[in-house]
Amino acid sequence: MTINKKDILGIAELSRDEITSILDTASIMKRIIQSGDKKTNYLRGKTVLILFYENSTRTRVSFELAAKYMGADTININVSVSSVAKGETLVDTGKTLNSMGADVIVIRHNMSGAPHLLAKHVNASVINAGDGMHEHPTQALLDMFTIREYYKTLSGLKVAIIGDIYHSRVARSNIIGLAKMGAKPVIYGPATLIPPEIEKMGAKIAPTINDALYQADVVMGLRMQLERQKNALFPSKSEYARFFGINQVNLSLAKKDALWMHPGPVNRGVEMTSGVIDGFNSVINEQVTNGVAVRMALLYLLAGRENMKVSRHASGTVDIPVQEACV
Amino acid sequence: MKILIKNGIVVTDEYEKRQNVFIENGIVSRIEENYSADADMVLDADGLYVLPGLVDAHCHLRDPGYEYKEDIVSGTRSAAMGGFTSVACMPNTNPVADNKTVIRYIIDKANREGVVHVFPIGAMTKGLRGEELAEIGEMKEAGIVGVSDDGRCVENSSVMKKVMLYARMFNLPVICHCEDSRLSEDGVMNEGALSTEMGLRGISKAAEEIMIARDVILSKRFDVPVHICHVSTVLGVEIIRYAKRTGVKVTAETCPHYFTLTERACAGYNTLAKVNPPLRNEEDVEAIIRGLCDGTIDIIATDHAPHHMDEKNVEFDKAANGMVGFETALPLSYTVLVKGGHISMRELVRKMSTKPAEILGIDKGRLIEGKMADITIFNPNVDYQIDISKFVSKSKNSPFHGFHVSGKVVATIVNGRIVVKDGELVV
Repeated sequence: MTINKKDILGIAELSRDEITSILDTASIMKRIIQSGDKKTNYLRGKTVLILFYENSTRTRVSFELAAKYMGADTININVSVSSVAKGETLVDTGKTLNSMGADVIVIRHNMSGAPHLLAKHVNASVINAGDGMHEHPTQALLDMFTIREYYKTLSGLKVAIIGDIYHSRVARSNIIGLAKMGAKPVIYGPATLIPPEIEKMGAKIAPTINDALYQADVVMGLRMQLERQKNALFPSKSEYARFFGINQVNLSLAKKDALWMHPGPVNRGVEMTSGVIDGFNSVINEQVTNGVAVRMALLYLLAGRENMKVSRHASGTVDIPVQEACV
Repeated sequence: MKILIKNGIVVTDEYEKRQNVFIENGIVSRIEENYSADADMVLDADGLYVLPGLVDAHCHLRDPGYEYKEDIVSGTRSAAMGGFTSVACMPNTNPVADNKTVIRYIIDKANREGVVHVFPIGAMTKGLRGEELAEIGEMKEAGIVGVSDDGRCVENSSVMKKVMLYARMFNLPVICHCEDSRLSEDGVMNEGALSTEMGLRGISKAAEEIMIARDVILSKRFDVPVHICHVSTVLGVEIIRYAKRTGVKVTAETCPHYFTLTERACAGYNTLAKVNPPLRNEEDVEAIIRGLCDGTIDIIATDHAPHHMDEKNVEFDKAANGMVGFETALPLSYTVLVKGGHISMRELVRKMSTKPAEILGIDKGRLIEGKMADITIFNPNVDYQIDISKFVSKSKNSPFHGFHVSGKVVATIVNGRIVVKDGELVV
């Protein structure tokens, strides 16, 4: 289980084998989370800095918990009251944090490419926790992990991604990752929210929502980013729900056991009805749990491996000595 | 001071011939094969091109207001290193060059401290706001050679019409930055597969093309010549080609980066390749070269746009638009266009010297007896990699670092004074 990367900047930079390694490692991490004692010492002596330039609860807490479960010291940097508010550049902030001994910097930024800029200027590993409209690799990894838990594979699955594709870093990372792993991402949304030439990333654009949902193995709703709709990209929430919303009627076109997913937070009744969100096939809450496991796996693979010896089975599979690792 | 340039290949827009050039008191007194006379200095130009000094119709000297990026001294030295003997600087300074006071400041400083001729372009509208006409007449008296709101487009068609009618009274070219900013919105690179992949807001080619079409229509309707800045798209070229065919008095420019680079230069969030209009696709690059070949695009301008490194070493969205251009323009143009077999050396001279002077209405860009000695000597026989650390410009924001090119400026003579010799500034 290995990845040959200093940083995790996007799914685009990960090979199929590396994605598999991360998902395999996350399976073990999930067992740790489900065990009575979640605390390990894989990241003992390591410092994880969580630098968020955008508001977020679930991703920030998920990373913080993951780091704590791994035994790292974590520091949350609230950008609005930091020196950034005084005009410090991202590069200077990064250099400062690096000089203070950060091992991993988790960054969320409202501008695409910000983690790439940071990574060029720091020795610490940088994990992209979402950058502008570019990528949200850990979300895609947890989505793929969740799908793989149910289907045991990603290959050949039809994954319908519905909503605001244009602004969605989740969609971009999922399209790249799913296509890389042999799945068939199909997208649908208002034409004003479909970015140009998205097909080149590996997705098919469905002509109607029914085509998108028909025989889908997975249906993924995207959060309608109402705060980004200043340019009148669709007429109203009610019209959106009417023509682009996922409900139990149009979901009947998907496969009977299809998974219903959403990266959250959900605008209830806009991109999905409450019946879907809380429905039997919804795995939205599991996605959240799996997010912690995936982030633990990434922290382990980037910064924690040197603290533990990995054992290799005769079969060729590798395992992490979970019990011995626990504090 | 008498200078004899011996054995060079004189290239003008009309001929290419081995000639000696004799300069006396700043004037070209003789151009003649094997001519010989006593001289204070003899320059052996054997195997080198001797060109009419290059004229740049579009640059930013950043003075007044942004002297930390460039000023008239550093900018004109950089221009001289690139073989330019005359440059026309855009008015988006601080304060904006929309009045005679700022224009006089630029001209006075250039006369005092500049090393090449500087011709200011005045703003079309007050404060570049696109609302009210600037004091174009007074600026003309002060010395402007054209009007432009470069960096911004006058989006109100009625205002643009008034600019055209008014500028025509003063015989000034109307130099148009074509961009429908409501369509380009907050775009930061070319709209397409790469902007989608990188998660950056794209600028549609249509934003440029719509305004080219509008300005061409206004030019036709009101019979006013217009000059279109930094053309970058297939359709932009086609609109201009069509307009010229139907008799519209339109001229156009492009810049070396639009025929050498595609949007791929932005990959990895390379802010050095962030320009406006943005770098486009392969088919656009090909169309620009075709446009240069068939004369649709009349001239090559640098759009020299210096920025401090701190304005580029930031997130792509935040980075300033533009790249420095004086010191790379001729080698890039020679390498891609002449060595690439697209145009002749004579045509290159026409596009970088004779025609820009003609569009600006200045008595430059010709190497003939009796004219001021503005001369560029260019060695086409050297191959090297561009090294931004050697730029004379205060700013180094160029994506061409490490680019393999052919041809180097050996000497630049301005008004009979040698300012660059053996590839080094001597002033």
